Amino acid sequence: MSVLYVRRLNELLPGQRGHVVAIEGNDHISRRLMEMGLLEGELIEVLALAPLGDPMEIKIGSYRLSLRSSEAQRVSVCLNVADDH
Amino acid sequence: MNQPTTPSGEHLLSNMPEKAAVEATAPPSSPPAAKTIRVALIGNPNTGKTTLFNALCGLRQKTGNYPGVTVEIRKGYFHYGDHTFEVVDLPGTYSLSPRSPDEMLAVELVLGLRTDEPAPDVLLSIVDASNLERNLYLTCQLFELGKPVVLALNMMDLVERQGKEIDVVHLQERLGVLAVPMKANRKIGLEALRESLLQAAAGKAPPLPKVFPEQLERELVRLADWLRERLRLQNLASSVHVEQKCQQQLACSRFLLQRLLLDVGGSVERRVRAVTGEELTSVLDAARQRLAEQGIALAGLEPRARYSWLRERLRGCVHQVREPATNWTDRIDRLLTHKVYGTLIFLALMLLVFWSIFSGAEPVMHALEYGITRGGEFLADLFLPQPGMLRSLFLDGVIKGVGSVLMFLPQIMILFGFIAVLEDCGYMARAAFLMDKLMARCGLSGKSFIPLLSSFACAIPGIMATRVIEDRRDRLATILIAPLMSCSARLPVYNLMIAAFITTQGFLGHLLPALVLLGMYLIGITLAPLVAWALKRTVLQGETPIFLLELPPYQIPSLRLIAYRMVERGWAFVRRAGTLILASMVLIWALLYFPRTGPDHRGNEIDYEATCAELRERLDSAEDRATKERLHQEYLAVQGQWRRNSWLGRAGRWLEPLIRPLGWDWRIGMAALASFPAREVVVGTLGIIFDVGEDFEGEAESRQLRQQLQLATWQDGSGKPLFTVSVALSLMVFFALCSQCVSTLAVIRRETNSWGWPVFTFFYMTILAYLGALLVYQVGKYIG
Repeated sequence: MSVLYVRRLNELLPGQRGHVVAIEGNDHISRRLMEMGLLEGELIEVLALAPLGDPMEIKIGSYRLSLRSSEAQRVSVCLNVADDH
Repeated sequence: MNQPTTPSGEHLLSNMPEKAAVEATAPPSSPPAAKTIRVALIGNPNTGKTTLFNALCGLRQKTGNYPGVTVEIRKGYFHYGDHTFEVVDLPGTYSLSPRSPDEMLAVELVLGLRTDEPAPDVLLSIVDASNLERNLYLTCQLFELGKPVVLALNMMDLVERQGKEIDVVHLQERLGVLAVPMKANRKIGLEALRESLLQAAAGKAPPLPKVFPEQLERELVRLADWLRERLRLQNLASSVHVEQKCQQQLACSRFLLQRLLLDVGGSVERRVRAVTGEELTSVLDAARQRLAEQGIALAGLEPRARYSWLRERLRGCVHQVREPATNWTDRIDRLLTHKVYGTLIFLALMLLVFWSIFSGAEPVMHALEYGITRGGEFLADLFLPQPGMLRSLFLDGVIKGVGSVLMFLPQIMILFGFIAVLEDCGYMARAAFLMDKLMARCGLSGKSFIPLLSSFACAIPGIMATRVIEDRRDRLATILIAPLMSCSARLPVYNLMIAAFITTQGFLGHLLPALVLLGMYLIGITLAPLVAWALKRTVLQGETPIFLLELPPYQIPSLRLIAYRMVERGWAFVRRAGTLILASMVLIWALLYFPRTGPDHRGNEIDYEATCAELRERLDSAEDRATKERLHQEYLAVQGQWRRNSWLGRAGRWLEPLIRPLGWDWRIGMAALASFPAREVVVGTLGIIFDVGEDFEGEAESRQLRQQLQLATWQDGSGKPLFTVSVALSLMVFFALCSQCVSTLAVIRRETNSWGWPVFTFFYMTILAYLGALLVYQVGKYIG
């Protein structure tokens, strides 16, 4: 059985994948994140971090988004550790 | 071109054209002949929207400016069948929930709420078919508007590469709209799209999507009732048909009611509150409260509801039929967004862009300058052979003005060539990604990087390039600090002052000029982030925009489209900033030309123009060198006297008390004033004022000017040298920070669609420049 970890998106490293568990906040920023398809249950993968460590590039479905860690920290991701191996 | 509408939002509910309501409920069975069919083109960024717009309309386009918004809305036309189509190209957006005036404009145009624009007949929704679900989110919102929708499934080539197939017939049935597969960049699918637009204009709106829970629908009805009653009371005295009118209005503004309830603190709420008053807030709060009690949280409700509706609708529409082709974007991205290699490639690319604008454009600019000057002289000799006011106006005012407009074209076109390539291939978003953290420190985003970098060559193309920044406040802040970057027009000033006054012997003699030059660049680089930071906290205050950037798949850019963008941007600059630049050149010419008569350097009253012409004639016919030399000196002396006595010279004298603390006398002040059209003009003006002419092509003339400046003394009889190191530095710092460039101000006027911002730029930069020069001179004087 694989172990499940819940992490904030901004804590993930390039190459790590997981399913979105929740998006916090009810302001326009959370709303925009959701309008862009960041919804509960979606599989996302961190592709890269910018040279200064922020923002990050993620893949969700068939497209890529870039978001800052200040926004990424609203997204909690359920990390499947089995994926790492 | 457009009449401003009432900003109060009155028209939002009470002046809504009845036509829109009628169309929404009972569309005509066929489009009336000879009627223009209005199409609103709307879609996410990176869907090829502009490409489709250009492919549909070709060059039959015009741009519209709307008061209070900075976005430019383009309109184009095409003919199909017996009909004329008018296409309005709306700004790319992911969603129709407006938070800014720019986003609100798109909603107003789509709904036909503006008195200056009729409502569209058809909504053309362009989507990236390779990313259907996410793109259809916006389309799903369009379905609420009660208007016919045509779906352009663009980028079908990417769908094929993914090994997928879209069942278009099934998709049309499931969504209830006409869908057209296309490859807009290769003009494939255009005919089918035109036919569908014609059909749709005669057809029905798609069925309203049932995405929201019953309880919310009930609240919408309740809200509509309250609004109707409220408006009826407000309009009671004025009309008997109010009840009927309101019904129509509210029937077609189902979408607005949704926005009212769902967008807490959004633009629609603000607009409606302006009509109904504060009571709206409590009504909305109560409605939201009731929903919360029934377990319906509004946060995230709409995205969740629409996406789940879409997922259900799209079932069975897209099939994986083949193995996907190699995903090049993944491979390229691994390199281009890599921490080390990605940064190195980015820096190399930026160096190339910068070098091309800075040096690459120079030969073309020189050739242009030569051609314009010679052409002007040829025309002047042909039509205005006699020296006089008209010839002077033509050569020194008009031709110089035209020259200074056209001179920017090479830089503008080169930069926009690069931007078009970078945007079309998908790299632009990566550049913003790489540079975001750096720019975020002064409250901007990665998208400001390229405009600011370009401004080191010239602020004009830099400011024009801020169009890539969607957020209005970020864009304005970038525009306002772009002129602080030390552009190439400052170099002649720096070079002159450094060569004449920043000289020491030995090792330092080589190093010091370079250090001073570097210092001039650093002044702008240091101050710009501080100014941006201050602006974002004062005049451009507001919520931090979300940095959520889509990184589109890499694509090979089309040469035709790039060439088109270069020409289009260049022409837009000439057409829209040209007249303003030309007018200011003529103004400065007049200030330097009049009065034409006055005392010469011996105190005799003369006609400067006539004396100069006479001296030139004698100079041409003189035989021996000594006479030639003497006449040349005489000529320069009269020229100098003429300009010193001009209105501008007098203004310099009036200003002397103000500029004295900078260590300047009135002659330096006058040269600074005369450089208002462009900074580099100060060198030529100093030449005229100090009697060495204005032409510094050769090394001999430059040396002469340097010597004259070194020898110049205060005219108060003290005999002290005018220029010291502190005065030279004070002048350089002034030019590093001032906004003596009318073209920049003209472009800011055009890009911000207001006079306020260029005026603001002029004052803040001039004050900054004055304080900087003051500080440098006073500190310099103190040190000795």
